[in-house]
Amino acid sequence: MNSLRKADLKALIAAAVLFAIIYGLLQADVIGAFWELNLVLIGINIILATSLNMINGYTGQFSIGHAGFLAVGAYVGAIMTVKLGFNMVAALLAGTAAAGLLGFLVGLPTLRLNGDYLAIATLGLGEIIRICILNIDYVGGAAGLMGIPRLTSFPLVFWIMVAILFFIKNFKNSAHGRACLAIRENEIAADTMGIDTTKYKVMAFTLGAAFAGTAGVLFSHYFFIAHPASFTFMRSFDILTMVVLGGLGSMTGSVMGAVVLTFISAALADFPQWRMIIYSLTMIILMLYRPQGLFGSKELSLQMFQSLKIGGKKK
Amino acid sequence: MAMLTVDNIDVYYGAIHAIKGISLSVNQGDITTLIGSNGAGKSTTLHTISGLLKPKNGKIIFEDRDITGLAAHKIVGMGLVQVPEGRHVFANMTVAENLEMGAYLRKDKEGVNKDRAAVFTRFPRLLERKDQVAGTLSGGEQQMLAMGRALMSRPRLLLLDEPSMGLAPLLVQEIFNIIKEINASGTTVLLVEQNAKMALSIADKAYVLETGRISLEGTGKELLHSEAVQKAYLGG
Repeated sequence: MNSLRKADLKALIAAAVLFAIIYGLLQADVIGAFWELNLVLIGINIILATSLNMINGYTGQFSIGHAGFLAVGAYVGAIMTVKLGFNMVAALLAGTAAAGLLGFLVGLPTLRLNGDYLAIATLGLGEIIRICILNIDYVGGAAGLMGIPRLTSFPLVFWIMVAILFFIKNFKNSAHGRACLAIRENEIAADTMGIDTTKYKVMAFTLGAAFAGTAGVLFSHYFFIAHPASFTFMRSFDILTMVVLGGLGSMTGSVMGAVVLTFISAALADFPQWRMIIYSLTMIILMLYRPQGLFGSKELSLQMFQSLKIGGKKK
Repeated sequence: MAMLTVDNIDVYYGAIHAIKGISLSVNQGDITTLIGSNGAGKSTTLHTISGLLKPKNGKIIFEDRDITGLAAHKIVGMGLVQVPEGRHVFANMTVAENLEMGAYLRKDKEGVNKDRAAVFTRFPRLLERKDQVAGTLSGGEQQMLAMGRALMSRPRLLLLDEPSMGLAPLLVQEIFNIIKEINASGTTVLLVEQNAKMALSIADKAYVLETGRISLEGTGKELLHSEAVQKAYLGG
């Protein structure tokens, strides 16, 4: 327990150092507006990928409708600030809660499904949310909800991301997390061990959806606009690709996947038609040579490097 | 005294009537066995008792409490634990982690440690492979792990679903010896088996299941020597 706390402290210090470096570079204008935007996007994508990883990676429920929850957060947050005149904190809370609530309500019936069926149901859900938004004039319909103030900043995204990462890490190491892992490994066995499988599946789904909602609020308050076209199923696949690239079940893997893929798509911003080709090629190569993802279900840690140095893989 | 009473249950898979009015009882301290051929409804009966399936009609009473239709995880908490057929270990977790999952509902750390030690004495093979990933164990070892894991939740009634399935004869003998030992140390056992001869030889009480109905019942010995059973299941 004590060593765990120590590791937490170290990680926090590392985060602070990383933040100081990036923030310093931003202030000194070494990082321009374009890359600042992409840093924010990386932060948002990390939240999205790690929260999807809670559902797909830890609990083994294959959900591909994450963009839907992102949209709910983006729109609910924007309604709070633009239409109702609340501040960013209230918008964040409302967006998170709304997406979480929707995740809970939808999770209860759909998580009885598994495998392909759940994937299809969540895919449909994402599209339903998008098409509903498209037809609500109150939020601008197809034109999108405009005039959202830029209340998101790099520091805000960074620290919310750090907080969520801490939450997810602790969740994985808790009794709840172990119950989720057991469900992924073998649902029948988990059932016969006294684990309330429905409860934990819904819990992971709800939390994942809620964090996607948080990401949505940050998203719409950075880009001035919430537009239905940002939340198509391609967006869901984007997030899923990050998770799979990093390795299902590895939080650090999802972080890495989000960073790498956001970076690639930023670098290819001038050639948008190449982006999908490179994405798909990456996936094909990955599935052929490393189907478990870059990290498998392992977490990146300093110990990993130490064992590499010694050359053994002793634990 | 009957620890578990199953009273006239009907179970359906959609439109298919799989269990047609089965009644049985398990006495405290006994090994009770349920034998029958493929598709007779043995596993279905067990799943219904452990809460994985819900009966349409009928009642299931465990230690004077009505558990009919209760969720599986609640029934485990009452001390009725199933080892599902086909072993179902957590393949990517180590042996030690699997055992830890078995104690998922327990809060008494000391008791858990004691029981883990007891499982390792009962299954020395598991101790040797403590840090090995469960998916890499042999079939027999996985069966031992599944049983050891169930014991970690301190069951009063242990439901075993075809523990001998797919195992070499020598291992089958070993598994049955272990079942006898577990029973001797105070755990009541309800055993479902296709290996009728082995199951009947260790059973206090036995039921024969045929297409969703109980066709015969008696003590293990009686059925072992009954002509009908010999013809149908023991090859002469």
